[in-house]
Amino acid sequence: MQTDQILMTFFAGVLFLGALGFFLGRNKAARARSGGVSMHSQPDQYAWFAVLTSAGPALIVAFLAAIVLGLFENAFPGWLAVAGSLGLGAFGLFVGLSRIRPELRARDSLERAVKWLLLAAASISILTTFGILFSILFEAIRFFQMESFWYFITGTNWAPGDAFLEAAGRAEATAGPSGNFGAVPLFAGTFMITAIAMLVAVPIGVSAAIYMAEYAPSRVRDAAKPVLEVLAGIPTVVYGFFAAITVAPLIVTAAESIGLEASFNNALAPGIVMGIMIIPFISSLSDDVISSVPTAMRQGSLALGTTRNETIRHVVLPAALPGIISATLLGVSRALGETMIVVMAAGLRPNLTGNPLEDMTTVTVNIVSSLTGDNEFDSAATLSAFALGLVLFVITLALNFASVVMIRRFREKYAVNDL
Amino acid sequence: MAQSLDDISRQLKKRHRRSARMKWLSMAALAAAGAFLVFFLVDMLVKGLPAFQQAYLHVEVDYSERASELPLAAVKADVRELVSRGYLRLIPNRMQKTPDLLGTQRMEWVLADDAVDQYLKGRKTGLKDKQITVVDRMAEAGNAELRFNTGFFTNGDSKLPEMAGLASAAIGSVLVLIVTMAFAFPVGVLTAVYLEEFASDNRFTRFLEININNLAAIPSILYGLLGLAIFINFFGAPRSSAVAGGLTLGLMTLPIIIITSQAALRAVPDSIRQGALAVGATRWQTVRDHVLPLSMPGMLTGSIIGMAQALGETAPLIIIGMIAYIPDAPTGFTDAATVLPAQIFTWAGMPESAYVERTAAGILVLLSVLISLNTLAVFLRKKFEHRW
Repeated sequence: MQTDQILMTFFAGVLFLGALGFFLGRNKAARARSGGVSMHSQPDQYAWFAVLTSAGPALIVAFLAAIVLGLFENAFPGWLAVAGSLGLGAFGLFVGLSRIRPELRARDSLERAVKWLLLAAASISILTTFGILFSILFEAIRFFQMESFWYFITGTNWAPGDAFLEAAGRAEATAGPSGNFGAVPLFAGTFMITAIAMLVAVPIGVSAAIYMAEYAPSRVRDAAKPVLEVLAGIPTVVYGFFAAITVAPLIVTAAESIGLEASFNNALAPGIVMGIMIIPFISSLSDDVISSVPTAMRQGSLALGTTRNETIRHVVLPAALPGIISATLLGVSRALGETMIVVMAAGLRPNLTGNPLEDMTTVTVNIVSSLTGDNEFDSAATLSAFALGLVLFVITLALNFASVVMIRRFREKYAVNDL
Repeated sequence: MAQSLDDISRQLKKRHRRSARMKWLSMAALAAAGAFLVFFLVDMLVKGLPAFQQAYLHVEVDYSERASELPLAAVKADVRELVSRGYLRLIPNRMQKTPDLLGTQRMEWVLADDAVDQYLKGRKTGLKDKQITVVDRMAEAGNAELRFNTGFFTNGDSKLPEMAGLASAAIGSVLVLIVTMAFAFPVGVLTAVYLEEFASDNRFTRFLEININNLAAIPSILYGLLGLAIFINFFGAPRSSAVAGGLTLGLMTLPIIIITSQAALRAVPDSIRQGALAVGATRWQTVRDHVLPLSMPGMLTGSIIGMAQALGETAPLIIIGMIAYIPDAPTGFTDAATVLPAQIFTWAGMPESAYVERTAAGILVLLSVLISLNTLAVFLRKKFEHRW
């Protein structure tokens, strides 16, 4: 049987069992109650109890079976899992119905089941984190079994294509002296584009936040917030197209007019556009932080005769600094992990340079290019994506935690609770 | 030495000037962000609007015996290169369906080749001088004109720019979003209910909260690696399918839905809960019958915002193979599918100027869907907002 059909049969079966449990259970309870017996719970609660005892075990068994089938392919045929889980469900239905008596505390069982269900839902987010971590980690370990970790971190020659030739027995084709997976040029490119983005985003974002929090009349504020939200809501693929088709040619023309040579895949275009993308993140978080600096501090400062500029610069901003740094760190983490803009507008050539007008490539570009190529999944070229992903994961995780720590420091200092 | 009063007032003026300058500078920053948005939108409109029109040619089509074998023979030699090859290719098919056509000759409005289309829109093309004179003559006689491009909304992707449309990508997006929301909305709401209504403040709960905040900030491409490793390699979901893409985006949207749902639950005053508990409702009954209905508008708003984000997301979907060339619309959740942003990405990589135009037009469509979703969210929030 096809997977779809197996799934369909299973869900239809579970639905049928559940419905059967519900109606039979309610009937039984309602009959008992109309007979004049005082019951612990409502008929509907007995009905849900029967649903729980029938569909519950079936779902749990099926879930376990799916995991086992994922681990060991063809451990047992799929229809066996369906038959087994539905059979158990039918048995559970029988047991559940026979347990429906006036003294059964169906409501309490229901309450417990709901709590477990909620806990299960909540643990999905934890499973996601570990899923990301382990799925990347395992493949990355396989990569580092093939290639040197040390060279990956410190080497400067990134040539996955040569690794392929080497594996094909044409080692003389390689140019690299000690390896083909030296990721330093990728880190450098990522760092350069991130730096350009932050040079655009931090001054504009923080200044806009200062204006919104300290100067703007409420009408301007109400108009400006949606504008920034629209900026934040533009999909990254759109920004990427814009960077590649509009901004990059503009930069090339501008560079030519002052006698410089720029590549059409220059780092400046994705950097600037990424900066614009990050402005709303920085401005909205900074705005919240600046607004929650206690008014008493502003009043105290103004009462001493300082101008508004001096109050903002010497009192408000230092107080809000942890929050602004936190926003900046989040922005950096976003810039490092941003994919579409660099895939569309930055280059593919690993290039170790300090000139933003040249083309350079990034970590995320190489994750995409190695997973969309024609390589075997087990080749080092493909697995390198996971090694790069691991680096990205570790760095963004560290930045996010640093950001959380900073914002907590701010919150505790000024007893602000709504940040 | 003490400063004179003149010095001091001069200093004061300088301080006030500096203060005013700061105000203008900060205002300029905000204006710069707004100016960028305007520049961006105008740029997209200028690039994309022409794609909503498409060139058609009024030519004589000869449904001869020969044309059913060799479709090129259906039109005269001088316009053979000017009409869309995709249209010609369909001629034998049409002749089979309606046999009456055989042997007739008639004037028809026919889809033009992308080069003609671009020429009529005033762009440089690879048309030869002779062809240009033919097109000019036809345009003068009213036999070549631009019409509303319905194909853009009804066709799937195509290797011929004049035939390429958004339909299959749009259907793919809908399928993916159905999976995403079917997964993320219940799980997100249940998680939020657990955290706000049931969990006690212990180490596990705090870990959960930190974990969720962290998930919200993980780069989206890493979710793609997760989807590839778990859903496709481990559970064997079909590559490029709406299930794999939808679940991946579901995991990505989950933190947003959890966080906004938590805020919505927190906004319900405790007196409601106390009232329900006081008349003997259990915790779950309190939540189900009183707290959830009151917080539902807030949760829906958050979910729409999460959905808008999922709709615009591309990077994780590229990783799990949703940039395949899909000319026909997917019919099920396990079929290979593509989505709107992935379609935009594919077109953006094409060299023909007709594709650039279509990319921008696709962006306009995507942006208008996103903006309507966000407006809907704001509207819902305004309409159902309840201040206690």
